[in-house]
Amino acid sequence: MNDTTSRYRTMIGHRLFWPAAVLFVMLAANTIYRPGFLSIELKDGHLYGTPIDILRLSAPLILVALGMTLVISTGGIDLSVGSLCAISGAIACMYISKQPDQNSLGVVVTALALAMGVSLVLGAWNGVLVAVIGIQPIIATLILMVAGRGLAQLITEGQIITINSEPYRAIGLGHALTLPLAIFIALAAALLVAAFTRRTALGMIIESVGGNAMASRLAGIRSSRVIFLAYVISAACAAVAGFMMTANVSSADGNAAGLWVELDAILAVVIGGTSLAGGRFFLSGTIIGALIIQTLTTTVYAMDISPQTSLLFKAVVVIAVCLIQAPAFRARFSRRRRNVPPPATIADKPKEQVPA
Amino acid sequence: MGKMRTQSAPWRAAAVLASVLLVGGVAACGNSDTGGGGTTDDGKITMGFSQVGAESGWRTANTTSIKEAAAAAGIELKFDDAQQKQENQIKAIRNYIQQKVDVIAFSPVVESGWDTVLKEAKDADIPVILTDRSVDSADKSLYKTFLGSDFVKEGRLAGEWLVEQKKTASGPVNIVELQGNTGAAPANDRKKGFGEAIAANPNLKIIASQPGDFTRAGGKQVMEQFLKANKKIDVLFAHNDDMGLGALEAINAAGKVPGKDITIITVDAVKDGMQALADGKFNFIAECSPLLGPQLMDLAKKVHAGEEVPPRIETEETTFTTEQAKEALPNRKY
Repeated sequence: MNDTTSRYRTMIGHRLFWPAAVLFVMLAANTIYRPGFLSIELKDGHLYGTPIDILRLSAPLILVALGMTLVISTGGIDLSVGSLCAISGAIACMYISKQPDQNSLGVVVTALALAMGVSLVLGAWNGVLVAVIGIQPIIATLILMVAGRGLAQLITEGQIITINSEPYRAIGLGHALTLPLAIFIALAAALLVAAFTRRTALGMIIESVGGNAMASRLAGIRSSRVIFLAYVISAACAAVAGFMMTANVSSADGNAAGLWVELDAILAVVIGGTSLAGGRFFLSGTIIGALIIQTLTTTVYAMDISPQTSLLFKAVVVIAVCLIQAPAFRARFSRRRRNVPPPATIADKPKEQVPA
Repeated sequence: MGKMRTQSAPWRAAAVLASVLLVGGVAACGNSDTGGGGTTDDGKITMGFSQVGAESGWRTANTTSIKEAAAAAGIELKFDDAQQKQENQIKAIRNYIQQKVDVIAFSPVVESGWDTVLKEAKDADIPVILTDRSVDSADKSLYKTFLGSDFVKEGRLAGEWLVEQKKTASGPVNIVELQGNTGAAPANDRKKGFGEAIAANPNLKIIASQPGDFTRAGGKQVMEQFLKANKKIDVLFAHNDDMGLGALEAINAAGKVPGKDITIITVDAVKDGMQALADGKFNFIAECSPLLGPQLMDLAKKVHAGEEVPPRIETEETTFTTEQAKEALPNRKY
């Protein structure tokens, strides 16, 4: 008996428990509303169904949010990712649209390399502003957020660039092993970031910089180099997300591509349990956060909630998720119920510090 | 390296200034016509125009038409792209008032919330012309005239065509609707006109209606869910071509044939949309012409000269079926 209780406690105490529970409840609610919600069938050799849609559509958000997790963990924030998505997509599509043979693999690879190169330079620009010059991250990346949208429109000349390129389309809509390619790309990116941060010391270094940049520097970590790297990784993730978004509709829209994705990404990171104050980060939590956000959007369409109420509906769900996720809020409830001493709340310890 | 917390303040200030200047430079490239300076009184009419954004092929054709017509009419145009945000548009209009332009024209992003800034323009004695989209101000004296399409009529034409097509249908006809941005005039009005027209046949029923924000990605994502939530969809009515084009991909992925299994009706008639219609993937388009530049410049000259103009002027428009699209496509300008 005692054993089960303690196991139950450990499960509830796990930081992925609450986000995962919320995701589960949302899927369950959808299935009750429409029993076919979770059904998956095989069509033309591809799996077809709402759960697959949710995975595919959340792939760009997962990518952006992965980069955002690292940046936030260093104590920063990257508002420019949405604009970077638009820029990378615009450059790739613009280049492809100018070539005589849009279906050639070489053309697509060149386009991707070109767009990725520019995105890395822009990421480095963010990194220099924050890490070398020392501008507040929110201001430094705001510059590119505003200017980048204009830059994307300059590239596309304000038009929607429609392309007809099968290899490029595959990034957003291709299939491998009956599943959309986008899912594998997001998964690969997640594994890559996880391997780099968790199999090497990089993750701990990032956390220590986010926890206390000065202390880490005194301990011998080159803080500014780590911060710089985080912004470059974030830009690279955003660039790939931009490819997916534009490939999904075979057209680059400098105005709408990646619009507000930075806010969704920050939300995904927060839902996933990473503190905006920096310090420890949780990649798996971020991924669940991104899935929750996409499921929420899909729920609105699937239940046909009227547009006027859908914004309110989303806001209520997001607030509920954030509250449930907050240890301070849960502690208040469990204290009332059981009269046990509350765990340390956010107010008690503003930042989780990791010994470096 | 490693000195991020020890840099001197002047250094940092200089860097911030440099980056701000750089952004200013980029922004200025984007809207090269916004550039400052008041109006010199050389008899030349100066017009301040605030555009919604560049959200679709339609909008860019509209922008091009206005710029070309202004150049042809010898009107100095100050152009601003509001990027879909009302606050940007209000800011631009206030700038034009300060610069004392002769005429202000704009396509409102949303219908409501314009009274204050329009009152400011009126107090400054600058006539205002609304283009393409209207505002819901009760005080009609706040603007001289509204030049644009009749969105209710576009929706009605689309609906009437469908009623004609389905008059022999015995069972229920399930319609899904992709709306524009929530609250935008074309979304509200096209929905209204379409709804009124299909009320003529009780078999025609809208079973789902969601905003796709006038974009391809939006149209596609919403249509994917419509297809999964509803077993039988007979008709798609999209408030613009781009959402319809996005929905095409979703319909293909669901293993259905657009234009045959699902009848597709859209509004606008931009090039990609007309191509889809000519290919038989769309079935009907109610045109919403963006080429209102020349009419706008004529009006600007008239209101500047103090002439009376009618409060509502419609742009000339038509509708297209597949055959008409094939015929018209080679001569389309946008």
